[in-house]
Amino acid sequence: MDLIEKAEQLLQSGDVKAVLGFEAGTGGTRRPAFARRPGQARRLVFDDACVQNLASYVTRKETRRLGKVAVAARPGALRALLQLMAERQIQEQDVLPLAVDAAGQVAELPTAQAIEEHLALEPGPVSARDRELLDRLGKLSRAERWAFWQGELGRCVKCYACRNSCPMCYCEHCTMDCNRPQWVPVPSHALGNLEYHMVRAMHLAGRCVQCGDCGRACPVGIPIHLLTFNAEETVHAQFGQRAGASAKLDYALSTFRPDDKETFIR
Amino acid sequence: MADQFQLSSASLDALFTALQGDGRRILAPTDRDGRTELNPVQTLGQVARDYVQTALSAKETVFPKVEQLLSYSMAPGQVELVDAEPRALPTVLFGIRPCEAGGFAALDAVFNWDTRDRFFNARMEQLAIIGVACTRKDDACFCTSVGGGPGSTRGSDILLTPAAGGFLAQVLTDKGRAIQALAPELFAPAAGLAAPLAEVPAAFDHAALTARLPELFDSPIWDDQALRCLGCGACAFVCPACVCFDIQEEADKKAGRRLRAWDSCGFAMFTLHASGHNPRPAQGARWRQRVYHKFATYPDRYGMLGCVGCGKCTRACPVDMNLQEHLTQAMAPVES
Repeated sequence: MDLIEKAEQLLQSGDVKAVLGFEAGTGGTRRPAFARRPGQARRLVFDDACVQNLASYVTRKETRRLGKVAVAARPGALRALLQLMAERQIQEQDVLPLAVDAAGQVAELPTAQAIEEHLALEPGPVSARDRELLDRLGKLSRAERWAFWQGELGRCVKCYACRNSCPMCYCEHCTMDCNRPQWVPVPSHALGNLEYHMVRAMHLAGRCVQCGDCGRACPVGIPIHLLTFNAEETVHAQFGQRAGASAKLDYALSTFRPDDKETFIR
Repeated sequence: MADQFQLSSASLDALFTALQGDGRRILAPTDRDGRTELNPVQTLGQVARDYVQTALSAKETVFPKVEQLLSYSMAPGQVELVDAEPRALPTVLFGIRPCEAGGFAALDAVFNWDTRDRFFNARMEQLAIIGVACTRKDDACFCTSVGGGPGSTRGSDILLTPAAGGFLAQVLTDKGRAIQALAPELFAPAAGLAAPLAEVPAAFDHAALTARLPELFDSPIWDDQALRCLGCGACAFVCPACVCFDIQEEADKKAGRRLRAWDSCGFAMFTLHASGHNPRPAQGARWRQRVYHKFATYPDRYGMLGCVGCGKCTRACPVDMNLQEHLTQAMAPVES
């Protein structure tokens, strides 16, 4: 069954209230789309141009209000859904992930286990190009890397497109929006930009599913995903686990284990 | 009718030299690391070619993303208050599109609505705009739907239109004539034919839209359209006509400063009351506000639209909240 038929069927039966997928956007692009009635399913498309991580919609209150949704999910969205389950933001029964194969055929992934098994067949999340960029940054001296990020973050306008497109930035009240006290300066000056991106990178360390949507979302083209990708790679190297691999994952930075390899913590 | 002249590329380069000799910096779109963005240039050769738009708008030349308004220090029994002075450099904005040049009027409407904002005005007084008409467009452009056009002169002091060997120049204002007076010999009598301008068919009737919006206020289309919206500020921050700002106090017990920074009605925080109540509690209400402010409030209050149809918001949006398309949909809200 293809995606349109599946969406029509799910909406007709009332199994889900909306099918979250992609439709044609401006200039041949693809963009997120909500099909809420069977007649709207015809709009849905699914191809390699569909890149947005739709899992970021699942935790939005506007989406939750609709009821249960099916999600035509790319691997990045599936990883995010697992991570959201691990962080107890959603439960299996809240969402019906749909995997679409190369022939356009749809498979339901109704359980975390089904998602995990499906993802096990997918290649790793980091693209060759991003791997190369990470390696290049990793080889720079600290001073050079600092200069690189100062240049990039100097262009940031603090529109929060990176945060808002991130499936793991689901906090309804983000630290950036706390103003009693104001932890991080609001204006987009050097300190405000730096603190924002530092905080975000640290909050995503061990939680980033490496979909790259933050970098794609940036209106001024800052490769901001490299910060969280790098933090995620560091957590993987230190703790041997990756965000989005399982619905049962202890957060590396807040989990105590008696057999921790570091002696200072025991 | 404005005075028309011919400016060869060599003459324009000489004009750049004359402008710098007059102590003005020239900001123009440049191609850098795959991005087209405004940067200081010295020669015409440094200006980007074949661009449709820069990602950010030129509004930052008069309304920067952050600026200091005042600073203060406190000691027992006394407060010292220091007004910040606007940093207003003599500037020529070269090569921006007619839509963007028209956007300054929307900023002016707010910054000079009741109080004359001395920061905005100091910079505007130092700014001259040499716009370049569009021979290309993309799918996000909709200037003709909002009263503009690829060759619109509105907002430009001089408007250039590409022509064989250089440009046709329309000198439109006193600021434009002052630039011409720096090197009048460069402005030859108009001879050549201008290149054909981009064809941007009008997609909707903005007057009809403005007339219709009041009855659509409670329509479900805003919630429907906004389901996709992520609630970031990319659209507002790239918009040449978006003027909302936040006032931030950065202070400790002894000293502080007051800053003005860009803000966006798309943010949930924008209307959050101290009580915790938010009159725009969901993204649909915030998206509606964006549309209404530009197409209902602006015409009502300032007699102009708060949108110039440049399409920057559409291009910047991570999820393609295409403004032209959504407005067209609002004019015919029929859903399958």
